Amino acid sequence: MITSTKKIDLLESMLLVRRFEEKLTEMSRAGERIAGMVILCTGQEAVAAGVCRALEPEDVIISNHRSHGHLLAKGAPPGPVMAEILGRRTGCNKGKSGTLHIAVPEVNALCTTTVVGGGIPIAVGTAFAAQYQRRPVVTTCFFGDGAADEGSFHEALNLAALWHLPVIFVCENNAWAGAQRHEEHTLVQDIATRALGYGMTGHVVDGNDAVAVYEATREARRRCLEGKGPVLLEMKTYRWRGHSEFDRQLYQPKEEIAAWMERCPIKLLQEALLAEGVLTYAVVAEMEDRARRTVEEAVAFAMNSPWPEPEEALENVFCD
Amino acid sequence: MQQLTFGEAVRQALVEEMRRDPAVFLAGEGVGVSIHDNPKAPTYGLLQMFSPERVKDTPVSEAAIAGLAVGAAVMGLRPVVEIMFSPFLTIASDQIVNHAAKLRYLSGGKSRFPLVVRVKAGSGAGAGCQHIHNLEAWMAHCPGLKVVFPSTPGDAKGLLKTAIRDDNPVIFFEDMVLGLVPGPVPGEEVEHLVPIGKADVKRLGRDVTIVAWGRPVLEALKAAEQLAAENGVEAEVLDLRTLAPLDRDALLRSVRKTGRLVVVHDANKTGGFGAEIAATVAEEAFPSLKAPIRRVAALDIPVPFSPPLAQYGIPDAARIITAVKELVNLH
Ligand SMILES: Cc1ncc(C[n+]2csc(CCOP(=O)(O)OP(=O)(O)O)c2C)c(N)n1
Repeated sequence: MITSTKKIDLLESMLLVRRFEEKLTEMSRAGERIAGMVILCTGQEAVAAGVCRALEPEDVIISNHRSHGHLLAKGAPPGPVMAEILGRRTGCNKGKSGTLHIAVPEVNALCTTTVVGGGIPIAVGTAFAAQYQRRPVVTTCFFGDGAADEGSFHEALNLAALWHLPVIFVCENNAWAGAQRHEEHTLVQDIATRALGYGMTGHVVDGNDAVAVYEATREARRRCLEGKGPVLLEMKTYRWRGHSEFDRQLYQPKEEIAAWMERCPIKLLQEALLAEGVLTYAVVAEMEDRARRTVEEAVAFAMNSPWPEPEEALENVFCD
Repeated sequence: MQQLTFGEAVRQALVEEMRRDPAVFLAGEGVGVSIHDNPKAPTYGLLQMFSPERVKDTPVSEAAIAGLAVGAAVMGLRPVVEIMFSPFLTIASDQIVNHAAKLRYLSGGKSRFPLVVRVKAGSGAGAGCQHIHNLEAWMAHCPGLKVVFPSTPGDAKGLLKTAIRDDNPVIFFEDMVLGLVPGPVPGEEVEHLVPIGKADVKRLGRDVTIVAWGRPVLEALKAAEQLAAENGVEAEVLDLRTLAPLDRDALLRSVRKTGRLVVVHDANKTGGFGAEIAATVAEEAFPSLKAPIRRVAALDIPVPFSPPLAQYGIPDAARIITAVKELVNLH
């Protein structure tokens, strides 16, 4: 079902996200170069790539605080995303957002919200609009297992199911919500089972297997467009780094991290493609190189961009 | 006297009140095990000191946290719950605004809701407008809620202890920017209770009254020192400490003495609590005014991320000095 070209695309996308975020880790360690929080999805790239590369350009994504992967995989330009994270005028949102709430309407990344659970009802709205406008557009909404505890999750799922809305709810279960592990904040082992309570389809997916994520998303997308209503996909994955880069991860067992790093989504796909003979080591090296160069260019673009003028703070509160 | 940071002072208040009264318990996201593993954090170590029964880590569920407080309070417990950042009050606000604030009234005075909601606010830490939005005026707009917003570690301790003992719902704002500034705090050997509803004159002066709460109080003091040194203008700095109930007497007394008023706050100007203060003074002390009232507030914009943009909106000593100079005709 999935072509080799698509598999290579998934790998390429994951590599870009990984290099992009490794660079952010490096920069935040270097001190004052990044203001505010740096929240990464390192280790979760298969979800970002697998989902977003399964979508069409018109499809909408709604993201959360762990958004860099989603945005880049959806096709957001790395330079302006980096510039936004660094607060520059050339950033996607002119420095208004910073890393936490980047919107890239050009690629239909219509909303990133850092209010946990806040995006889930918005996805109901974008999906409703597409249904109303009779456009073949699916909304995908990303959120964590922690967000599935908010009332907004439950209200949104119920409404989406009731109205058969074309929305894929992607719960990125990275085993932690802040300093709480999954078992400490909910008794259900699989968030996907909650779909049942709303008369909706729900599946658990191996979130470190980019191909599995891709196929589950394609299938969910097809269902949505056939008018069969929303789907809840729970991607089981893992957060390699702390909640954010200032978090020393004291509560997160080292062995647990190590075990999940063994199942690195990039390594898994790369090894599979090499074994299948789809890729050679030389091509992999080229891909690595390309990702690194793209990131270097993004950083250079951002660092050479001007800061906004203070008065620009007044702009964009309303439409002109 | 011991020197404590704001967070440490808050923790001391929590410890003392939890030791004193077994009905007091804590709940919130990360109040026990936190990603901020920092001894200066308000609830650091409390899980170990007390028990998981009294220090409850909750799911990410603000509506449930606030509802938990309302329900537990009416049963006779004294919940101190935490809503991480001020903008998330909006998620908890059905329980706070429609229930905590009104249920005593609706019971004809029969029920009590002795709960405290601790919430981080201030001018921010570079996370942008979904983490920083000062909503104290929203809370103060609801009859039935007490609203506290201290500016020093000592006041924070004394006010929180009083808030926990108060039989009414109290919204307790903690200014993030003040977190690491140490100050004198009375220890356990004295009963340090700062009354809710009493403003504090942080500096005496005769020429102008500067009213503030939270971080802007420090900016007001800085401005006052500079005005005294450079212009011979003596500003009185009034720290409201509590917005609801408002200490009208202290406010009017000061303005009647100085004849001039500057109100400073980190919240947006329009509909901010500064408007309430200005209106109160205009209604009650108009004849004493020698100049118009000035508000130095955050601009009417969401808090932007980029440092130069974020800095632009924040009321600082320079803006306060400009406002004062306009009032005393120094320009
Ligand atoms: C409404 C709200 N409450 C609290 C927070 C603070 N907060 C940010 S992320 C987070 C944990 C979210 O966990 P999860 O949804 O599992 O996502 P993850 O960070 O694991 O990707 C919390 C509590 C917030 N941003 N929004």
